[in-house]
Amino acid sequence: MKTFKIGGIHPEECKLSAGVAIEKMPLPTQVAIPVAQHIGAPATVVVAKGDKVKVGTLIAQASGFVSANVHSSVSGVVAKVDNELDAFGNRRQVVVIDVEGDEWEEAIDLKGDFKRTFNLTSEEIIERIKNAGIVGLGGATFPTHVKLMPPPGKVAEVLIINAVECEPYLTSDHVLMLEYADEILTGVQLLMRAAKVNRAIIGIENNKKDAIALLQEKVSKLIGIEVCPLKMKYPQGSEKQLIDALIGRQVPSGALPIEVGAIVQNVGTAFAVYEAIVKNKPLVDRIVTVTGKSLATPKNVLARIGTPMSALIAYAGGMPDDTFKIIAGGPMMGRAIVNIEAPIQKGSSGVLLMSERESVRAEMDNCIRCGKCVSVCCMGLQPYLLMSLVEKKMWQEAEQEAVYDCLECGSCSFTCPAHRPLLDYVRYGKATVMKIMRERSVKK
Amino acid sequence: MDKLLKVSPSPHVHGGDSVSRNMLRVIVALLPAYAVALYSFGVGALVVSLTAMFSCVLFEYLIQRFLLKGKFTINNYSALLTGLLLSFNLPSNLPWWIVVIGSVVAIGIGKMCFGGLGNNPFNPALVGRVFLLFSFPVQMTTWPRPLGWASSYLDAETMATPLSLLKAGKLEQMPDALNMFLLDTPGSLGEISALALLIGGIYLLITKVITWHIPVSILLTVTAFAGILYGVDATTYPLPHIHLLSGGMMLGAIFMATDYVTSPMTHKGMLIYGFFIGVITMVIRVWGVYPEGMSFAILIMNAFTPIINKYVKPKRFGRVVKK
Repeated sequence: MKTFKIGGIHPEECKLSAGVAIEKMPLPTQVAIPVAQHIGAPATVVVAKGDKVKVGTLIAQASGFVSANVHSSVSGVVAKVDNELDAFGNRRQVVVIDVEGDEWEEAIDLKGDFKRTFNLTSEEIIERIKNAGIVGLGGATFPTHVKLMPPPGKVAEVLIINAVECEPYLTSDHVLMLEYADEILTGVQLLMRAAKVNRAIIGIENNKKDAIALLQEKVSKLIGIEVCPLKMKYPQGSEKQLIDALIGRQVPSGALPIEVGAIVQNVGTAFAVYEAIVKNKPLVDRIVTVTGKSLATPKNVLARIGTPMSALIAYAGGMPDDTFKIIAGGPMMGRAIVNIEAPIQKGSSGVLLMSERESVRAEMDNCIRCGKCVSVCCMGLQPYLLMSLVEKKMWQEAEQEAVYDCLECGSCSFTCPAHRPLLDYVRYGKATVMKIMRERSVKK
Repeated sequence: MDKLLKVSPSPHVHGGDSVSRNMLRVIVALLPAYAVALYSFGVGALVVSLTAMFSCVLFEYLIQRFLLKGKFTINNYSALLTGLLLSFNLPSNLPWWIVVIGSVVAIGIGKMCFGGLGNNPFNPALVGRVFLLFSFPVQMTTWPRPLGWASSYLDAETMATPLSLLKAGKLEQMPDALNMFLLDTPGSLGEISALALLIGGIYLLITKVITWHIPVSILLTVTAFAGILYGVDATTYPLPHIHLLSGGMMLGAIFMATDYVTSPMTHKGMLIYGFFIGVITMVIRVWGVYPEGMSFAILIMNAFTPIINKYVKPKRFGRVVKK
């Protein structure tokens, strides 16, 4: 079975909510929709206090090439447009809407039936993806339409659908595949047409055997789509590692996947594309895994963008007494949040509640030079060396050791027997070195 | 809000590996060989090993407490392991006070004066052993006959080791290979049974404490080196397996050379390191003054480990692009 070649680890899976059917969250009384839910320029707000909005009404317009539209996820009245504390303690612009009823824009097809008929050109598909405000739903939130338009001189050969979900605990992609396989495959066909490729590979890790079997059966009737089971290994869901695993090509340092002829899209994004094109529905909700070992009922919920995380936690049985950390995303790459009233965003794949025993950081020891961090690094770096270079602020040497290649998967810190916070230092070094590199290129 | 959440950068989980777990596993892996040592050398093995372990732990504690005034470290079992490994490299009739001196050197000079575990350039147990070999050459090279619990501690009946027979050119007096593989050959405490050491090595490989690179590269290099010599002159040089089974070969390749702190970080580096340990060991065994060269070879290559780490880098992702 295929997998990527360098490094990797096997964290405990903890997929508590695997196979738990998707449940629709009840509507919240108020939502706070951030205008910057994507990589790139924040969208420009086009509504004001007192405006009436419906579900799917545009509330913020993309403000540049790399940017994305934001739509209202509820119907009601705009209460305010203000800066509010986000999940990580930064003040960000949000549109706060008081919910009244559940009225959708007329153009949106609300019938749950599955349709495959569409007859659009590549440009039309990309335009509609752009209008619907779709971004990468795996967590990176890069605007999808930008990815589908390769820079001049580059040609896409293959579309890779990322259904790896290698993060422990998260199951949102898994249940989505089980419940919406036809819709996802139609989304994949739309993306293939948009990217002008005639081959697509869906990469799924082997712990989701039911999803693999279901999709394999369905793709047998379609042309150009393959389902490829992958050997379980973290971080296979990383774009570069997934391309290596599936087509054996390594994206060069600093380059984008298009360099090796690949476009990678998340499986959730494919579903959103289906909804946007076939049902004319902009990205206003998503599936979020609410999980944790002490949580009463770990769930996969369909939540409107802007729903406070606290509402999701309450819906899954309330915050357990032993909650120590709450993570937005999975335990390996997710971020610990400071504010549980912060809203669910387009990139929110999970809300994870961890106990102290599970997530406390042990005190660090001397490096015993076992080399385990080197052998697990999926980019072929030497975390122990980078950490000591960063400790000494030796930026030039850190640059020579390619600290900028780190994708922050955390395998080094996870593995270190001396509990050294390798990634903390590498991350700091990466940010500093990249800043130095940017300044240098500006001077030239 | 009645409760504060903790916040830290990712990752939020840890694999559960720890320094003490690795050290304990190495100690467990040494138990088969330890059992053979007790069976073969009886009370002498017990006295030497307990003295070494007790004094190593004690000296680490004293140095940490009164000289370095640092963190309490004997609970990571590394001092206990150093003591056990040191005793494995000593003859079982060594007077206890020499063992204590060896422990002071191993822990004090070999490890703590560099700042403790992780900072020592040389394998502490080997530093202790080589110091004793130079300081007490007679005591360190009289080997008791393995007579089990019947043998006495200090005036044990002595005999030559296979390697000293080899050095003296007495090929015809060599014990047969099966005995060398199982037990019954004189030598240091821990090196008499290749089988027991191999069992420990397999345990370490299964539990992923070590990788195959260092032991396999050492043993292959020695096999090749000895094979060439045997091919050149079969009357002077023994078959390669005699070299593999004698002296500290297995103990060194599996337990001493694989010491985390003093061996290279990358797999490629480990292969280079293992290759040169094999070569140096054989050069000393065949042409040197000493019958055994494993300890020297490992210490010499310990010195080269920083250079290997500097120049042998792992293969980076995306460096070779095939279109």
